[in-house]
Order: sequence, then structure tokens, then C-alpha cells
Amino acid sequence: MSDNFEIDIKVPNQTRYLSLIGKIGEDIANTIRRYCGDRLDLAYQVNLVLTEAMSNAIQHAPGASGEEHQIHINIAIINDNLHIKVYDRGQGFDPSALPEPDAKGLEEGGRGIFIIQSIMDSVTCHKDNGGHVIEMIKYLP
Amino acid sequence: MNTQIEDKGAVVLIEVHEDRLDAHNSGELKTLMLGLFDEGKNNMIIDLKDVRFVDSSGLGSLVSGFKNASARNGNLKLSGLQPQVRSMFELTRLHRVFEIFPDAEEALTSF
Repeated sequence: MSDNFEIDIKVPNQTRYLSLIGKIGEDIANTIRRYCGDRLDLAYQVNLVLTEAMSNAIQHAPGASGEEHQIHINIAIINDNLHIKVYDRGQGFDPSALPEPDAKGLEEGGRGIFIIQSIMDSVTCHKDNGGHVIEMIKYLP
Repeated sequence: MNTQIEDKGAVVLIEVHEDRLDAHNSGELKTLMLGLFDEGKNNMIIDLKDVRFVDSSGLGSLVSGFKNASARNGNLKLSGLQPQVRSMFELTRLHRVFEIFPDAEEALTSF
């Protein structure tokens, strides 16, 4: 029996919604039936990846024109793999061009994309309809 | 942000009573610490026993506090990390930067 499903969420690009999106991610991790790994870890990781990707989208959204933008998030389980897409109106980024955080660790920022890349098996960013989409896949054992 | 601040002699203990330390509230923690530095309080313990989730912004605010404390010849130490929060420090190698203690009492006696 297939466990495939897909959820589309649109929220204002405000940090107050990070917790809500993170919790939805945790619930999805707990819903996947066929998963052999540590479920608590997976729930934390999905929460974290969604939080980081959404924060990145909020941070790089167009300037304060007074117009409120939305962040569009798509979460899907397809053939036992977790697919997450976060659409935004920002400038996008090249995941392969981002350096690892300094091992001395004294930079205040720049860890978000590194964290996403550490957790997910595939991370890509491409243009989409006037904005960008970051697309992340995790292969679930 | 829900915090409790206690003066413990030469050290200030900040208990973060939040489920999450993320991009929504990490700026508040940073501002709170800067206010304490301005008062000359350069030795701090940040107790995270209630914090279940930390993201890169939360880590960044703690690094900011650590750098500010060090620049003032003080120190910022952490206590009470839940296992998954601790794993964030290991992933980003920040466990090599901070002194991390099981609880606030042990952190306090280390000063």
C-alpha cells in the first residue's frame, strides 16, 4: 500500500510562523509508517530543515515595501522519500558555492544552509516564477 | 522571550524558559545579553534545560554572547543542553568553542 502524500502550506513571511511549520514537519516525520531510523531524530531534523529554509526565505525576501509576501512550502512523501520545497521571492543561492562554517566557529551567521546540507541528501535551488525554490530530498531507510 | 535572570555573585545565570530558540526570538536573547554586558556583567551562564529546539540563529546569538564576553575578559558558558540540542552544537562544531555543563550548578562552580 502506498504511503505517498503531499501538503501545501502558505504562510506570511514572518518568523512567528517558524514554530508552526516546524511542528507540522515533526508531525509528518511521526506519520511516516515505514521508517527504520530514530524517529525522534528525524522529527528534529525535519523541524530544523523547514525552520532553516523558511528563515532563509524570510531573510532574503524583497525589501520593506510594505507589501506582505507569503512563503510557500510543499512537503511530500514520494516512494518513501521526503521531499521539501520552499518557494520565495528572494534572490536564491548556489548551495555548492557555500563554504563550511569555520571550524573555530566564531562567525555568528552562515550555518543555516550548511545544516540543511548536512541533514538532507540532495539540496538544489532554481528559479521559479519570478522567485526561487529550494528543493531538498531525504532518502528514508 | 521568557527568561529568568539571577545574579550569582560574579556570574549572571540566564535561564531560557522557551521551547525554541530560533530566528523568531534569538534577537531578544542577544539584546538581553548586550544589556547585561553594558552593566559590566561579563560572566554568564545560559541555561537551556527548557529549550527543546535550537536553529542556526539561536546558535548565532550564543556565539555573539560568547564573543562579547571574551572581548570583555569574561566568559559565557552553557548548561542543561537536551540531547538533540547538544547534537546541533556537535554538527556545527560549536561544542569545541563553548564550555558545556550538565546543569547550572556545575557551570557556576567552574568560574
